[in-house]
Amino acid sequence: MTKVIVDGKEIDVPPEYTLLQACEAAGAEIPRFCFHERLSIAGNCRMCLIEVVGMPKPQASCAMGIKDLPPNKDGSPKILNTRTPLVKKAREGVMEFLLINHPLDCPICDQGGECDLQDQAMAYGVDSTRYQENKRAVEDKYIGPLVKTVMNRCIHCTRCVRFTTEVAGVSELGAIGRGEDMEITTYLEKAMTSELQGNVVDLCPVGALTNKPYAFIARPWEMNKTESIDVMDAVGSAIRIDTRGREVMRILPRVNDLVNEEWISDKTRYVVDGLRAQRLDQPYIRENGKLREASWRDAFGAIATAVGKTEKKYVGAIAGDLAAVEEMYALKELMSRLGVVSYDCRQDGAAIDPAWGRGSYIFNATLAGIEKADALLLIGTNPRREAPVLNARIRKRWRQGNFPIGMIGERADLTYNYEYLGAGAETLAGLGNSKFVQALKDAKNPLVMLGAGALARKDGAAIASLAAKAALELGGGKADWNGFSVLQSAASRVGGLDIGFVPAAGGITATQMAQPNNMKVLFLLGADEIEIAPGAFVVYIGTHGDRGAHRADVILPGAAYPEKSGLYVNTEGRVQLANRAAFPPGDAREDWAIIRALSDALGQKLPFDSLTALRQQLFKTYPHLAALDQIESADAGVIKKLAGLGGAPDKAPLYSGISDFYLTNPIARASAVMGECSALAAGANRTAAE
Amino acid sequence: MPVRRLAPPDVQPPTFAFSKANAEWAKAQTEKYPPGRQQSAIIPLLWKAQEQHGGWLPEAAIRHVAEFLGMAHIRALEVATFYTMFNLEPVGKFHVQLCGTTPCRLRGADDLEKVCKKRFGEQGRVTKDGTFSWVEVECLGACTNAPMVQINYDFYEDLDKKSFEDILDRLADGKKVKPGPQNGRQLSAPIGGPTTLTDKSIYEKR
Amino acid sequence: MLADKDRIFTNLYGLQDGGLKGARSRGSYDGIKGIIAKGRDGIINEVKASGLRGRGGAGFPTGLKWSFMPKQSDGRPHYLVVNADESEPGTCKDREIMRNDPHHLIEGCLIAGFAMGANAGYIYIRGEFIREREALQAAIDEAYEARLLGKNAAGTGWDFDLYVHHGAGAYICGEETALLESLEGKKGQPRLKPPFPANVGLYGCPTTVNNVESIAAVPTILRRGAAWFAAIGRPNNTGTKLFCISGHVEKPCNVEEAMGIPLRELLEKHAGGVRGGWDNLLAVIPGGSSMPLIPAGATGCDDLFMDFDGCAKHKSALGTAAVIVMDKSTDIVRAMTRISYFYKHESCGQCTPCREGMGWMWRVLTRMSEGRAQKKEIDMLFEVTKQIEGHTICAFGDGAAWPVQGLLRHFRPEIERRIDEYTARSSELGVRDPMPEAAE
Repeated sequence: MTKVIVDGKEIDVPPEYTLLQACEAAGAEIPRFCFHERLSIAGNCRMCLIEVVGMPKPQASCAMGIKDLPPNKDGSPKILNTRTPLVKKAREGVMEFLLINHPLDCPICDQGGECDLQDQAMAYGVDSTRYQENKRAVEDKYIGPLVKTVMNRCIHCTRCVRFTTEVAGVSELGAIGRGEDMEITTYLEKAMTSELQGNVVDLCPVGALTNKPYAFIARPWEMNKTESIDVMDAVGSAIRIDTRGREVMRILPRVNDLVNEEWISDKTRYVVDGLRAQRLDQPYIRENGKLREASWRDAFGAIATAVGKTEKKYVGAIAGDLAAVEEMYALKELMSRLGVVSYDCRQDGAAIDPAWGRGSYIFNATLAGIEKADALLLIGTNPRREAPVLNARIRKRWRQGNFPIGMIGERADLTYNYEYLGAGAETLAGLGNSKFVQALKDAKNPLVMLGAGALARKDGAAIASLAAKAALELGGGKADWNGFSVLQSAASRVGGLDIGFVPAAGGITATQMAQPNNMKVLFLLGADEIEIAPGAFVVYIGTHGDRGAHRADVILPGAAYPEKSGLYVNTEGRVQLANRAAFPPGDAREDWAIIRALSDALGQKLPFDSLTALRQQLFKTYPHLAALDQIESADAGVIKKLAGLGGAPDKAPLYSGISDFYLTNPIARASAVMGECSALAAGANRTAAE
Repeated sequence: MPVRRLAPPDVQPPTFAFSKANAEWAKAQTEKYPPGRQQSAIIPLLWKAQEQHGGWLPEAAIRHVAEFLGMAHIRALEVATFYTMFNLEPVGKFHVQLCGTTPCRLRGADDLEKVCKKRFGEQGRVTKDGTFSWVEVECLGACTNAPMVQINYDFYEDLDKKSFEDILDRLADGKKVKPGPQNGRQLSAPIGGPTTLTDKSIYEKR
Repeated sequence: MLADKDRIFTNLYGLQDGGLKGARSRGSYDGIKGIIAKGRDGIINEVKASGLRGRGGAGFPTGLKWSFMPKQSDGRPHYLVVNADESEPGTCKDREIMRNDPHHLIEGCLIAGFAMGANAGYIYIRGEFIREREALQAAIDEAYEARLLGKNAAGTGWDFDLYVHHGAGAYICGEETALLESLEGKKGQPRLKPPFPANVGLYGCPTTVNNVESIAAVPTILRRGAAWFAAIGRPNNTGTKLFCISGHVEKPCNVEEAMGIPLRELLEKHAGGVRGGWDNLLAVIPGGSSMPLIPAGATGCDDLFMDFDGCAKHKSALGTAAVIVMDKSTDIVRAMTRISYFYKHESCGQCTPCREGMGWMWRVLTRMSEGRAQKKEIDMLFEVTKQIEGHTICAFGDGAAWPVQGLLRHFRPEIERRIDEYTARSSELGVRDPMPEAAE
């Protein structure tokens, strides 16, 4: 520790601290534009200047380390001043320079009200200008459908360039030209291709880069802000949902170092318009092949008739990817009471059986644990498409060096280098003798990442067993490090498996239920990624007019994730609570309440009248779900068991379960913005292949 | 300096590739730097591309060089737009770079500028016959021989209106011109002969 | 006056054979094995004792700079980088070394490379010096052929490779860390310091960047001894120096002279004196355009000794020793405005005060040179220069602010006169306010 005196206050700080960190530790506030904790240090805005006694010039506190300070001759602690006239004058000078060419268009700027420049101008700006010349005019740039540019406002902090290059791993943004004519752009104004590009909107300290679909829609101070959890993938990113009245206006990331740091994927951020389009806002009944609007009573009546006349072994339920734990629990309870044994939350046909133990289906290493790993084997996964935020974490670890990565499956640009080992199970089975594994004998914390796509096949269990074996071979099954990690891609999956939403004795799986003649009545709880064969009477509980609704005989309109309070368990097994920020449209209701009402209509009334009562019962059965934001870590012995499972894998190559990142769920498919991104990405892929 | 932009699409060639000789030369250049640091060669390579393409750097060449060196396109574009010797728009067969910084201005660069304007019009344009173009540039580092211009690769120094016009006339006529000082002096020695290094004994064989 | 026998650059004017044979006949590579045999510390101590200070502008002691290089390699290679990006307006000395006396530089590189444990050196030459680059490359090829470079260079037992790299038009690449960025194939934007190049330089390895003239002087210093060099000039300002005399003198020229030579003697002995006589002098910029001008007169140029301390006495600096002479016919405001434009043109744009301040200074000065300004703007402009100075990542901001400060310090009455004249003219024409309208 090193002693320094900040504004007269003596404080001990680690020598590797920057002056800025030391000042903040002492409680001093340091203004900044270019500095960002998660990006490399640029030191270019010069706003964070402070006085170091003994140094003639003010120092950029973000860039200078405590250990870099020349020691005082008498050995006394260095004195840092953040509030002296010298500092004030220096910052005022920088602020004046920033403002001379910055337009005074705050009233029409979307950043207004949450603008760093605006805020800091309150502290260091003056109310008039000495600059008599014309302000610089800069042409706006097209950089894609998600980020709008107003380049006159750019203050050249280069946060966006550093983010895309360092975190997102695509060198697409750059600063061309030089001097006062320097401009941020992409190469020939091509659209950015990163799935994380929206984060530059948050990083931009001014209104140069703003949220394009949200342009001129709302002001920050007129919205309610609700902290919640994202469900677009199984990462469970921390988000903030901004609503005005009933409507969700935008989604922003929150900081959660254990999960998403402070990034979110573009799907998470820009899916907002999908919450408005294609919504199911009242019950429907299919009559003579056509859906007609119906009352809740009639819809329930139609269901009761169908269920009543059906033998229970021909009734089933499938839960979709966005379902919260509560509604799956309610549905499972209802099915059990009805005597139904076929229900499943694995609409992709994943072979995981919760009976193997929790350690067989969660990301045991944890997301933050990726940074502790010293080797990585990817099996049948494309984390960039399945969980972009997690992929950024892998890239972060890779950038630190000494991180060999091997890949079995489909080649893809993952934003980091890896050794391609092979396409399928054969490679996986022969891994023990491979050079890659031999070279990793000394790895302390090897991470074996198994994608959901590798499990969603007939031989999924055999693949899982081989992957577990690989993890053991690499040395990943130790008491202090469990490196066997499944990357789920559905937000509901771990929760569903946790509560045993899988066929009971004598029941059949989702894949089997979808086959012709196996089912006569089928409940779909937002299950849209599965094709149900003709014949069965389908009850669809969900939010969007997607595949499930088109197939349905009765539609019960539910609530999308911002419209309900619900528990989600992310891929690492972390239980998180999504809060309600808005209300479902029209006659739509929260899903648990629909199931509760339906149970009454079916004569099997569920014993809870409120969400609280439901949760009390849920927590009694599954106590770990009550521990919010915690992970109940799994027994490492599960891997050994899994490895011993064996089975005969076939030769088909492994693929990621996700082919189009932008269109993985009904909300995303309803979003015009996501559609545009998808088309753009498809076009880019076509060009690349040409 | 106006904002540096790539030439409009209608003058851009769709593709660019190094000639065989230049590709070999470029490969050799990259070997001057440690393994994995071939990006270091970007300036020499862009310069070679510009040379191959008649004195200006088309977009396709920036892309080609970026790919040659395994760099992102935008990084190459950053370099191409940062360094002002890369001509992003077509130039004449003789590209006149007039030094306009103070030491040259003090000794008559204004006159040379007038000559350029009179003969070629505004800077940055190519004459109709494609022979000449001119730009004012910053200090070219021949200040004791001011005023001066650089035409393609050569410096022409100690100019005045007449000697400058002479040079331009000769170039226009396809005649040879002699680079360097145009007033008869020896490089940067004072006109009339050096005041130093006159002691012959220092050059005697030891 | 410095005797010819004490001059280092004996082919400054290209009158002799600049090739290896000629260079050898003038003493290059004489006893190179003996010099290397002094060992790293021996060489560094000798250079320290000579008092040689960097010839590129900042005047940092060369031997001390070399001593910052790690004594033991931690596995990373060391690099010598020679700054031949000579772009400071007024300066044209390195050009002469590279085209006329390149073997001084090459031999110096070998010695310096050895002294800092570097097996490779890069000479970064500005892009515009195409012919100079060719000459230098030819000399290096010659040296390789004669086994003076490469494995066991010059039989010294030290392996040393020397490469020429070039820029493409960016003054800022003369700043050492910008040069390293450029050499790595990026935009020439200066790096934050610390870490200093001696720890983290080229490719993240220990690196020393030296000016051409500093390196080229080293072989002669080591051959003739530190005492010889230290005896020339004044204490703390020792040795010989190439002066570039441009502007309003009868015979502009480059010349090697002793440090500390009085300005008037320098101009009159070698450059034929100020055009129209010493009394016709208005001001000089003593060390390249980044340095504040020094006005004529008893308290100015009359009393100016051309070395580090001599220039500092007049709130200026020796810089590159590029003397830009301006006589009384000079439009001093316009001359300095043009320098200000130079800095606006060459700012890399990385940090705020420089990016935004350069254009501001230039635009205000442009108006002032026409008188189209208000007198209160003179103080404002001075404040703007102070807001730039000392607030930027590199010294470019200082170098751009100082010349403007020099102008305002010494020629304020001239600016005020122009403003008065313009105001008078405007009121005759019925223009009420000489300031530009906001609506423009």
